[in-house]
Amino acid sequence: MTTTLTSHRSRPPAQPSTLKAKRLPAYASPAIAVAALLVAAALVLGTGVGGPVLVVVVGALLYLAGLFAAATRVEGRRSARDRAWSALIHSAFVLAVLPLASVVWTLVSKGVERLDGNFFGTSMNNIGARDPQGGAYHAIVGTLQQVGIATLITVPLGILCAIYIVEYGRGRFAFTIRFFVDVMTGIPSIVSGLFILAFWVLIVSPVFNDGRPGFSGFAAALALAVLMLPTVVRSTEEMLRLVPAPLREGAYALGVAKWKTILRVVLPTALPGIVTGVMLAVARAAGETAPVLLVAGGGAAINFNPFENNQSSLALYVYQQAGDASKYAPARAWTAALTLVALVLILTIAAKLLARRNRLSR
Amino acid sequence: MGETPQRSAHAGTGGNPVTEGHERPAGASARVAEAPLRTRTPDENGMGGGGALPRAKAFGAERAFRALALAAGTAVLVIIAAIAVFLIAKAVPALRANTENFWTYEGWSPNDSQPKFGIGTLAFGTVLTAALALLVAVPVALGIALYLSHYAPRRVGTTLGFLIDLLAAVPSVVFGLWGRDVFVNPVRDFSAWLNEYFGWIPLFGGDGPFGRSIMLGSLVLAIMVLPIITSLSREVFLQTPTMNEEAALALGATRWEMLRTAVLPYGKPGIIAAVMLGLGRALGETIALAMTLGITFGISFNLIQNGGNTIAANIANAFGEANANGRGALIASGLVLFAITLIVNITARAIIYRRREFTESAA
Amino acid sequence: MAKRVDATNVTAYYGGFKAIEDINLTVEPKTVTALIGPSGCGKSTFLRSINRMHEVLPGARVEGSLTIDGQNIYDRDVDVTAVRRTIGMVFQRPNPFPTMSIFDNVVAGLRLNGVKRKSVLAETAEKALRSANLWDEVKDRLAKPGAGLSGGQQQRLCIARTIAVEPQVVLMDEPCSALDPISTLAIEDLMFQLKDKFTIIIVTHNMQQAARVSDRTAFFSIEKTGDPGRLIEYDNTQKIFSNPAQKKTEDYITGRFG
Repeated sequence: MTTTLTSHRSRPPAQPSTLKAKRLPAYASPAIAVAALLVAAALVLGTGVGGPVLVVVVGALLYLAGLFAAATRVEGRRSARDRAWSALIHSAFVLAVLPLASVVWTLVSKGVERLDGNFFGTSMNNIGARDPQGGAYHAIVGTLQQVGIATLITVPLGILCAIYIVEYGRGRFAFTIRFFVDVMTGIPSIVSGLFILAFWVLIVSPVFNDGRPGFSGFAAALALAVLMLPTVVRSTEEMLRLVPAPLREGAYALGVAKWKTILRVVLPTALPGIVTGVMLAVARAAGETAPVLLVAGGGAAINFNPFENNQSSLALYVYQQAGDASKYAPARAWTAALTLVALVLILTIAAKLLARRNRLSR
Repeated sequence: MGETPQRSAHAGTGGNPVTEGHERPAGASARVAEAPLRTRTPDENGMGGGGALPRAKAFGAERAFRALALAAGTAVLVIIAAIAVFLIAKAVPALRANTENFWTYEGWSPNDSQPKFGIGTLAFGTVLTAALALLVAVPVALGIALYLSHYAPRRVGTTLGFLIDLLAAVPSVVFGLWGRDVFVNPVRDFSAWLNEYFGWIPLFGGDGPFGRSIMLGSLVLAIMVLPIITSLSREVFLQTPTMNEEAALALGATRWEMLRTAVLPYGKPGIIAAVMLGLGRALGETIALAMTLGITFGISFNLIQNGGNTIAANIANAFGEANANGRGALIASGLVLFAITLIVNITARAIIYRRREFTESAA
Repeated sequence: MAKRVDATNVTAYYGGFKAIEDINLTVEPKTVTALIGPSGCGKSTFLRSINRMHEVLPGARVEGSLTIDGQNIYDRDVDVTAVRRTIGMVFQRPNPFPTMSIFDNVVAGLRLNGVKRKSVLAETAEKALRSANLWDEVKDRLAKPGAGLSGGQQQRLCIARTIAVEPQVVLMDEPCSALDPISTLAIEDLMFQLKDKFTIIIVTHNMQQAARVSDRTAFFSIEKTGDPGRLIEYDNTQKIFSNPAQKKTEDYITGRFG
């Protein structure tokens, strides 16, 4: 062994000959950037193929190439590659921030236009194309009722399902359920809407509705429940798994039955995490348009009864107003969008803050 | 994991160990489970002493609870099966009435007395927009995720990561509205520019009008899936064990080399999952595309002319005027979408599950 | 191959917290030097500042000078990656790359340095694994994941990975603290063989281990929690354990403190 050790080459392949390294001076990077921009400007504006946007794009590409070339020459290939990737990663960030910032900016600037009492106090009933008034009261009522009912359906079902997977399920069957819960997260919302359209609106509800299809807020709630279920199951499942085993074993050792242990010890410990998951699911459901469009029927008037007749929702309202020809419709659409985003974000932020306080999830 | 403690709990209260054997098959129905239990009560009384009677009642509740949980678990399978069954039930009559080939006909007039509709163009548009969106979004999203997890100062990374999570929650109708009212303008300019200089490439050919095109749709879609992919992969990158990162650095790796040796391989299954989830979302996205695409029927790779359509967008657009047969046709198209997303999802999950088993068995 | 390490007035910080202060110490080539002392005395911090791994943590920095064969590794024009290639490190817990096979783990350092030839990689891997006394145990499953080995084997795999790039100094941060006694013994034997070729600096909590494997021993200590760690005594191992010059060292060695 030691003989092979001593028979080494004078300098092994991985060893540097010196610790010192030539580095690009600190001014190199901005200098290359300026040069790249100037060249790009000369190229683009000189040939007249584009405007300032193209200058920036071409400049960025030239900068990357220039930086890589300079770093390769001075610092070597490894360091050059490191720099190039670093620059690419940073530019990916800038690239993505632009549109997202634009979304937020438009949302706020256009959304405040109709942010008034009238908007939150009236419906679209009897609002014609020439009326600047009209609000989203009916839509807000619809969203709250539909999401509320969907939550009432999903939470017990989802938690029980997660309990089965974590506490009782063994072998192939539990694995299959888990697998399909994962698959279910990927079901498009429009498919869930079509399912409820076929199942509830067109087949089941006509039975007690004189044969007419029963578009209603409840149908929308069912469709949303299908979408919320996997989210609730997965987050609950994760939280249940995080409950420390000694806690359960402590309860078992005291002779507490398993179901009581689950209800009295495991669930309360996991509760904050479960609530977080539910809130995230609710936030997602509140923003869904497609299923509501298919099964709630829409409608301009206030309808407090989710089980009968058409209902609207905030998301659907945004969609309908965006497609409306009235010149007052876009303002209503943006304000409704702002309201919707505010609702969703408040829920999400509250959920995330709760998750942060919850010690179970790291 | 609950198996052993449960057994010891039974033993401690004088419970019959046979219950273990009975419990699982009986779990399917609470009623069946309770019946034999009552007959055993005196027996337990003799062994367990004073506390045995309420204990026995608890065993009944145990079975009921377990059955309830099992039913909830089964509900997931039932729902997925029901989706397929009911969609098929409503789709078949419409497909029967179709006077053209469902797979190849280019057009959508299911409300006519001679219904004609085909899924081909829609499926093509769905796959094309989703693929383009991912092509744009995935590299950018991975870049941002790496920036947030390994380049940005920790506090900046956490704050921005939080904001990205929030963006992932923004409803699609908002992105659709933005795409149609705001983003369409730069895209139209850009399309005209592309057409002027690169019009000889079929992708950018045509003579307008530009704007509400596949490009707009897939860019909006890209912006929408970006936060999802970013947020998931950032989480995955952050989970890389510090000791593996340090191992790479201690070998003399640069930051990028450290990412490539330790972080990216470790996060690969997670990245695949994130991309697949993004793909699932892109394939099924409805409202944003209904609001930004030009809605035409025809198979074309032209990215910049007004046009483009997807299965989901078509459902949203055509639903309002659909009669009974029209609804059936839309449900049939939804069935195809369901099948596509199901295949994508099952493939993705299978990959993730297999990889997880590999790493778990290795650990 | 092996080189001398000279520390002069080395002071290291975690943000505002000063972890070690004014460490002066010289490590001779081809020796094993043990750093011992109570928890939190800064011995690991000092070890990590020898190959500039300390500064990886956010807010951490080092002052003073640390030279190997006369070259200060904290000079401005020094390439950090070159330093870390010259001064390898083995960590407290075995940390093979979980996604890589045993073979890929061993040659990871070479691959980073652009070595692509299969024959060179295979030759180096075998040599490193033999040096780490692991070859016979893994030669038939080089393509299996490195994470599938036992803890002791994983740690020897990490040692193989470190010495595959033939560094001049090998730092070991409590390399046996996560291992069982038999694996510990294997690693200690290994250190004995490796010092023929490398300068080894090892942090250990285990005084018997320090006495068994090291030629020289440095004792670090702190006054009280929150104070920076200081070097109390540095001498031949035999002297430290039989007749220490400092009262503090004696108290620690005899178990009266720490």
